[in-house]
Amino acid sequence: MSATIADPPRASDQPARRQPVALVFCCTILGAGAQVLMKTGANHMAPGLLGMITNLWLMGGYCLYGISTVLLVIALKDGELSLLYPVIALTYVWVTVLSFLIFHDQINQWKLLGIALIMSGVVVLGKGGRR
Amino acid sequence: MKTPVSHMLLVLVASIFGSIGAAFLKYGAQELRRGWLHLFNWRLATGVALFLISSYFFVLGLRPPGELSVLYPMVAVCYIWTLIWSRIFFKEPFTRQKLIGLLLIVAGVCCVGAGGR
Repeated sequence: MSATIADPPRASDQPARRQPVALVFCCTILGAGAQVLMKTGANHMAPGLLGMITNLWLMGGYCLYGISTVLLVIALKDGELSLLYPVIALTYVWVTVLSFLIFHDQINQWKLLGIALIMSGVVVLGKGGRR
Repeated sequence: MKTPVSHMLLVLVASIFGSIGAAFLKYGAQELRRGWLHLFNWRLATGVALFLISSYFFVLGLRPPGELSVLYPMVAVCYIWTLIWSRIFFKEPFTRQKLIGLLLIVAGVCCVGAGGR
C-alpha cells in the first residue's frame, strides 16, 4: 500500500483517456454498493442519533461513499469533468439491478429502457478521444 | 401530476449545489499533481460539503408528495450544469461526442425515474 503511494504510476504524465473512465466506473459500483448498505441499514435502524451511529450497515455505506469519492477525485486529476461526471449516472443502473436482486423491487420497461440509454451514453463518452 | 412546484425547486437547487460541488472536486483534484498528501485541501473539502448540502435539498424534495418520475429528470439537469461549469472554469471543449453521450444519459435517467412510480 505504502509503496503505491510513494511511487505513483508514471502513466499520469501521458494520460490514457480510458483510465479515468475506468476509475469512475469503479466509483459507480462502490456508490451503488453504498446505497444498498444504507438501504439495508435503514431497514433495521434503532431510533435516534445513537441508533444511526451504531448502525454498521449505514456506516459501511458511508465508508464506501468515501472511497468512491476519493476514486472520483483521482480520476478528475487527469480526466475532463464534462466527460467523467455524466458517467456517474451508471450508479442508477447498478442500483436498479441490485435492488431487483436484493430487495425484489420491481423492474419494468421504463427502467430497462433507462438502463439501456444510460449504458449507451456511457459507451459513447468512454469511447476515448475528443476528436 | 401531484408534485408541488416547491419540491421541484428544492431538487433544482440540489442539482445546482451538486454541480458546483463537482466543479470544486475537479478544482481540488488538480492539487493531487503535487503529491498524494494534497488529497486534503480546502477545495475538495468545499466540494464534499456542497455534495452534502445538495443531498439535503434532494431528500427534502423527494419527501411525499414528491414523485420520483417527475423529480429524476430535474436531477439529470445537474449534468448539464456541470457541462457549463466545465466549459467556463476549466476550458473543456464542448464536443459532439460529449453532447450525444450526455443526452443519452439524461434520457436514460428520465426513463429510470419514470419507471420508479
